[in-house]
Amino acid sequence: MKKIILVLLFLPFGFVIAQTQQKPKPKAKPVSAEAKTSAANGLIVFTQNCVSCHQADGGGVPRMNPPLIKTIWVLGDQTRLVKVILNGFKEDVEINGEYYSNVMPAFNYLKDQEIADVLTYVRSSFGNKASAVTLKQVTATRAANGK
Amino acid sequence: MKKTTTKIAVITAAIAGATLFFAAKTVPIKSKKAADEAGLKLPTGFSASIVADNLGQARHIAITNSGDIYVKLARVKNGKGILMLHDKNGDGKADDITGFGDYGGTGMIIKNGYLYASSNENVYRYKLDNRQHVINGTKPEEIVKGLINRHEHETKSVTLDNEGNIYVNIGAYSNSCQEHDRQKGSMGMQPCPILDSAGGIWQFKADKLNQTYGDGTRYATGLRNVVGLDWNQQDNQLFVMQHGRDQLHDIFPDLYTVQQSAVLPAECLYAIKKGDNAGWPYLYYDPMQKKKIMMPEYGGDGKKEAAVNAITPAIAFPGHLAPDGLLFYTGNKFPARYKNGAFIAFHGSWNRAPEPQAGYFVVFVPFENGKPATDKWEVFADNFAGSADKAQSGRADHRPCGLAQGPDGSLYVSDDSKGTIYKISYNGK
Repeated sequence: MKKIILVLLFLPFGFVIAQTQQKPKPKAKPVSAEAKTSAANGLIVFTQNCVSCHQADGGGVPRMNPPLIKTIWVLGDQTRLVKVILNGFKEDVEINGEYYSNVMPAFNYLKDQEIADVLTYVRSSFGNKASAVTLKQVTATRAANGK
Repeated sequence: MKKTTTKIAVITAAIAGATLFFAAKTVPIKSKKAADEAGLKLPTGFSASIVADNLGQARHIAITNSGDIYVKLARVKNGKGILMLHDKNGDGKADDITGFGDYGGTGMIIKNGYLYASSNENVYRYKLDNRQHVINGTKPEEIVKGLINRHEHETKSVTLDNEGNIYVNIGAYSNSCQEHDRQKGSMGMQPCPILDSAGGIWQFKADKLNQTYGDGTRYATGLRNVVGLDWNQQDNQLFVMQHGRDQLHDIFPDLYTVQQSAVLPAECLYAIKKGDNAGWPYLYYDPMQKKKIMMPEYGGDGKKEAAVNAITPAIAFPGHLAPDGLLFYTGNKFPARYKNGAFIAFHGSWNRAPEPQAGYFVVFVPFENGKPATDKWEVFADNFAGSADKAQSGRADHRPCGLAQGPDGSLYVSDDSKGTIYKISYNGK
């Protein structure tokens, strides 16, 4: 709980820094060249680490492995999403009326850039059209998360 | 950027190539004839009809002596966890569907005047009248309670012998008993602590109430997860279908390729005697080498044989096909070669990705004297997926789960994806 509060406290700062140091980002589309490269690299990370459970189409496996399509877990709060990668996920989770029970291990051995890439890929694939996840966000989340 | 694009192109080409290779290689392609009206492909002389549809997540099923069907749902639907299907007008379709039982689960079997059902923690039984209808759906007897459920391999399947015992699968809440479940490179716990309370078959009394672990016997161990199990009447012994471990490549990428990981290890049919050990998590069965191989979590390298003494499968199937139903056919309606043989419902794979998925069919293995007649198996009912593309992508329309034999000798198959119940009959001469 403490960790969550910490992250929430730091989030606005990260945002402000990002805003001041970079040019203001165009909204969602057109997708930047960086985001495109990140997503392309993310496909490689996805193929090596994620595809066996979440499947090539991102649709997951009924009752076992959650889909990555049209779910708030993927499209919503980016910090929460980064933490799923860092810590894994062990709860019985309900997504769009279906329950998923398989264990997701921690993928904290992935580099920050790899996590940013794979999440950027996932958030912009399978019909998803959410914004990129940046290296800075992952680094800040990992620092707050402690691993 | 160009480099990345090239890389992706290479990966895509590799996946496409492997898809063609493995589609041709590992999955026996059945007859080319068209699917019948129920959408299934069956051997000559057999036909399938749909008894009911959209029931929910239909797991195991049991048939009464007049052909009514009890269906156990994985999750409660409209407040009911067990459905009874009745065909009032005799047109082969269930037109009177009632329900009871406010819990989800998998186990469903009729034996000696009772309907047995399981949740993911408990086993219940309901007294039947002489038409094998449940007398009071609201008041089952709880015969076993408090079995472990940690949201992985949590379903409890049941079967009974002829001496008043019930056999309950308690699946391991783990893939391979690693320190960190499914984590890349994490090694196995030594000894595996899960085996004390799961990863095996437990035997309880079929007529004693409120039993828990202390009242039962760990009948067989070293079984990662069993969903399909049945008592073989010819040989008077238990047979189980194990779901083999997942993710050899994900967890040990230096030891297993993606292609090896898609076909290893075998899904195994075991003939079980009291006290048997099938070897999980210390070993897996490699159907190509025909050997019990040491698990990489316990020091294996894909070739080293296991040091643990364990039983050998009666027959081995390709990896990850997910056997969810097992039935020994004791009827007389099918041709003689089917008598006493094993039907196995394969739910279909997920852990072959990015290789093409497989399964989604019912297999037959002929038996002689209580043992498989050969090491060959045949696809009996195919195309539950709806098409080859849907099978290979894993986006199957229907997924076979439960099997039961009707009083007229027909074979019933449940589907836990769309909730369809199929009846397969023989009309040949």
